Amino acid sequence: MKIIETKNLAKRFNGVHAVDRLSIEVEKGQITGIIGPNGSGKTTLINLLSGVLEMDSGEIIVDGAKKITRILPHQVSFYGITRTFQNVRLFEQMTVLDNILVVVTERNVFSSLFEKHTEYHHKIAEEVLQKVGLWEKKNQLAVNLSYGQRKLLEIARTLAMRAEVYLFDEPFAGLFPEMRKIVSSIIQGLRQKNKTVVLIEHDIGLIRELCDHIFVMDEGKLLAEGKPESVLKKREVIEAYLGE
Amino acid sequence: MEYLIHLAILFAIYAILGVSLNLVVGYAGLLSVTHAAFYGVGAYTTAIFLTKSGVGFFSSLILGIAIAVAVSFLIGVVLSKFKGDYYALGTFGFNAIIFAVFLNWQNLTNGSLGVPGISRPELFGINFANNFNFLILALIFFVLVYFASRFIVNSSFGRVLKAIREDETAIAVFGYKTLSFKLVVFIISAAMAAVAGSLFASYITFIDPSSFQLTESMFILAIIILGGLGNLRGSILGALFLILLPEILRFVGFSSDIDAQMRQVVYGIILILLMLYRPQGLIGEYKL
Repeated sequence: MKIIETKNLAKRFNGVHAVDRLSIEVEKGQITGIIGPNGSGKTTLINLLSGVLEMDSGEIIVDGAKKITRILPHQVSFYGITRTFQNVRLFEQMTVLDNILVVVTERNVFSSLFEKHTEYHHKIAEEVLQKVGLWEKKNQLAVNLSYGQRKLLEIARTLAMRAEVYLFDEPFAGLFPEMRKIVSSIIQGLRQKNKTVVLIEHDIGLIRELCDHIFVMDEGKLLAEGKPESVLKKREVIEAYLGE
Repeated sequence: MEYLIHLAILFAIYAILGVSLNLVVGYAGLLSVTHAAFYGVGAYTTAIFLTKSGVGFFSSLILGIAIAVAVSFLIGVVLSKFKGDYYALGTFGFNAIIFAVFLNWQNLTNGSLGVPGISRPELFGINFANNFNFLILALIFFVLVYFASRFIVNSSFGRVLKAIREDETAIAVFGYKTLSFKLVVFIISAAMAAVAGSLFASYITFIDPSSFQLTESMFILAIIILGGLGNLRGSILGALFLILLPEILRFVGFSSDIDAQMRQVVYGIILILLMLYRPQGLIGEYKL
């Protein structure tokens, strides 16, 4: 079952096609990898899917039914989508705990005025922070965490959303082996729960190990797609990306 | 003693202004230099209703809040299009516009001549013409504003404001309509500034546009930067320091002729030193 579909999705920056009439389908409950050289449009695609960038044309179809031609950032969670950023974007001057609580509490502006976080919210925060090993640091400011811990906190923040689709933009970059294991097990755990993961990653070993399906992008276009083992053998993929 | 009471009343008024501006600048991260405009809206509403109609102080105060809410809603909607430095410039523009209205809407505001003869409040037989009674009244309003602000910053709403300050796009992706949060806190802050304005008009009994110029907005901003952004107690500390500063300067020997000018110089030096060595202010939690 398709959970996200793009049809002729396009985005240009100063005349350059960052994403060029891209049509892809992401299956529910799978880990879908997106690979490609730098500047191939992978992050732009994630930014379009999460409303951070406005699409020039085309459409995104969520759950096979909801056609979207304009998506605003605050509507993304409504569609069951959450994400991390290539360059970690935390709420730096807030505690680790508050970085999680802020995404689980009331969205309505007036209701939020009269709400303080409850035991329920606290439990969600504890659960996700335990998962990434940051519960002990819950009262530290996010700005004081190490790079790896910051990446883990960003992943924990998405887990707290209990979304259907997780867009992870290079979640392994710059992580120590122990932290990579944590992230890897989180991603596999999401698949076990029938959640969908879209993973941008440069480590081909991880792509082979984790992904059920991959898309290879080059210059904003889809170069190839399919199961990792077959796609990674294709000559055009080797020439454009792997450089072997 | 009378002079100490006078200073304490001014402190209460500026503490209200500082605490309310801190919600916008320190918590939501929106660099607003238009607070004096809402302070003026409250002051002029109270002054005009008290001098030109039979409305009492407390009714005029509520009317001042209502008008400040309406004006800040309109300004806030326009400002929501701006971010960062452009936001600050936008607020700068609105302060200039509202000052021009105070100055030029002669029939209503009496222009540069100002509004004299504003009466002091009276409630349940208590006459606030007595300065000590007025101090109690000002402190009651200050405490109300402080606890209302504390309630706001400790709520989920307050946490979202901080997240907006840190990274507006990131928090939006998690389902928050950030424009609504920014607009609501801007309106709440303006309403509180109007309370300070009403108290000021009734206390001084005369107002003119010069009290609500851009320099006044800068002064209120200096209070919260000095005390500390993102910390309500910092605003109180900042107000206390900057209200007492002229007295300190007088104590160190500046004559009353140059006292006002020296005050401006010292404010400037303090702000420069703070930005250099302690950008988060005395007890602040956030750097501009």
